[in-house]
Amino acid sequence: MQPLTNRSKVVVNKEMSLYEKIYLPAIISGMMITMSHFFRKKPTIQYPEQKREFSGTYRGQHVLKRDENGAERCTACGLCAVACPAEAITMVAAERKNGEEKLYREEKYAATYEINMLRCIFCGDCEDACPKEAIFLTDRTVKPENNRGSFFYAKDILVEGVEKEKRIDVTRRQTAAVLEFKKHKEFDHNR
Amino acid sequence: MALQTYIIYKLILVLVVFAFTMLIAMYSTYAERKVAGFLQDRLGPNRAGWFGILQPVADAVKLFMKEETIPSVSNKALFIIGPALSLLTACMTGVVIPWGTTITLFGENFPLQIADVNIGILYLFGVVSIGVYGIMIGGWASNNKYSLLGAVRASSQMISYEVAMGLSIIALIMTTGTLSVGQIAAQQHGWHWNVLVQPLGCLIFIICAFAETNRAPFDLPECEQELVGGYHTEYSSMKMGFYLFAEYINMFISATVISTFYFGGYNMPFIGRFVHDPNLLTLCGVVFLFAKIFFGIFFFMWVRWTLPRFRYDQLMNLGWKALIPLSILNIVLTGAWMMRHEIMAYLNF
Repeated sequence: MQPLTNRSKVVVNKEMSLYEKIYLPAIISGMMITMSHFFRKKPTIQYPEQKREFSGTYRGQHVLKRDENGAERCTACGLCAVACPAEAITMVAAERKNGEEKLYREEKYAATYEINMLRCIFCGDCEDACPKEAIFLTDRTVKPENNRGSFFYAKDILVEGVEKEKRIDVTRRQTAAVLEFKKHKEFDHNR
Repeated sequence: MALQTYIIYKLILVLVVFAFTMLIAMYSTYAERKVAGFLQDRLGPNRAGWFGILQPVADAVKLFMKEETIPSVSNKALFIIGPALSLLTACMTGVVIPWGTTITLFGENFPLQIADVNIGILYLFGVVSIGVYGIMIGGWASNNKYSLLGAVRASSQMISYEVAMGLSIIALIMTTGTLSVGQIAAQQHGWHWNVLVQPLGCLIFIICAFAETNRAPFDLPECEQELVGGYHTEYSSMKMGFYLFAEYINMFISATVISTFYFGGYNMPFIGRFVHDPNLLTLCGVVFLFAKIFFGIFFFMWVRWTLPRFRYDQLMNLGWKALIPLSILNIVLTGAWMMRHEIMAYLNF
């Protein structure tokens, strides 16, 4: 059988030579090895102050986007909930009333929209399924909580703010190439 | 010296030595974690204060605040005596150590040694041997199999290695001709360090010191992987802290004894050429002694984070089949070297 690595050694149960029995040479060489580690540069990242850089395609906490006028894009079509392999998304649809045009972009909207962050596997299928470009996964991490109930993220957490500085930037993964690709309706999932 | 000044000066010295012992033991815990971290490419504790310098304080507060449990099936009196005895004997050893030569103030000489007992070495050995009772009593009183196994291991290990340690010291006594720790330290001025006279004895003594302090690679009494902490399995709160503290004090005292017996104590070659004021010279001596001690403590930690633990049969083989014959050989060689003129004369050379 071919070895997986070149580091495998055949174990032999041979008697130790006198040089090995003295232990001390082996101990000294071992101590030199640990001492070389003493002066090595430490790879530690001081977490709250320093953060490890995420990869460009990192998929973290979701955001429900608003359009340029500040109206919610989500129409509660439920495609994300259908696409979700973990069944983490639930929503209740409602009809837009007169005078709510500034709040909701289309006649139908999500009255409640919940994602169970403990079920979510952050696969990103919801954002692929969304026909309105309403839901996206961002590079934010889900905060730790003390109880399970706090992981049901409702619209107050998921929907981004109206003001410009409260908008969540999703361009890191939604690059020009991705947006261009999404325009092609001939691809199955873009229909 | 008047009796009152004498008593006050001795009391102050006792307090200072005690405070320093405690301080060093406290910061040994911090140093241990820091050294362990650095040897494993980590940083160690660095959150409490500047570079984590307040970490021992945080640890002490934590230990004091922990719930204190005494197992209902344990022997309660012995359960409390165990850690107390451990810490007491650990603190008692500092008495005979010469921390420096003499400081002259107001026309009086103040030697920096609490008691220059003329059988100082015997005293040290006696107190160190009592130390194992703390572990044995604690392990026995816990009424727990793991604790008992740890205690049994501790006592057999101590007994085995004390023999080799004592024999290696006999060779030292033969060359120095005294049992007083103060005189042994004083004899090593300049380059007359005992390690150059007794290299083998020094090596055996250091190895036995590792075993006596229950430090890796001889930490079988408290090996977490086999015995869930050995003799202090059932201990919590500050009683557990006492055991850990006693271990670090023992390490400090061992480093002190090794540097006093074999590495010149407070002596440093050539320092007399640069410093002429006798008081300053004494202070330099204290600094040198502590430099040696700190290196010794670092060495203890360095070894701990390098070597894996011995197996029990290996431990006993090393103690009885290697170290004891070697130390007897050392005694014979030392005796032969001391009697070389007589032997030569007898052989008509």
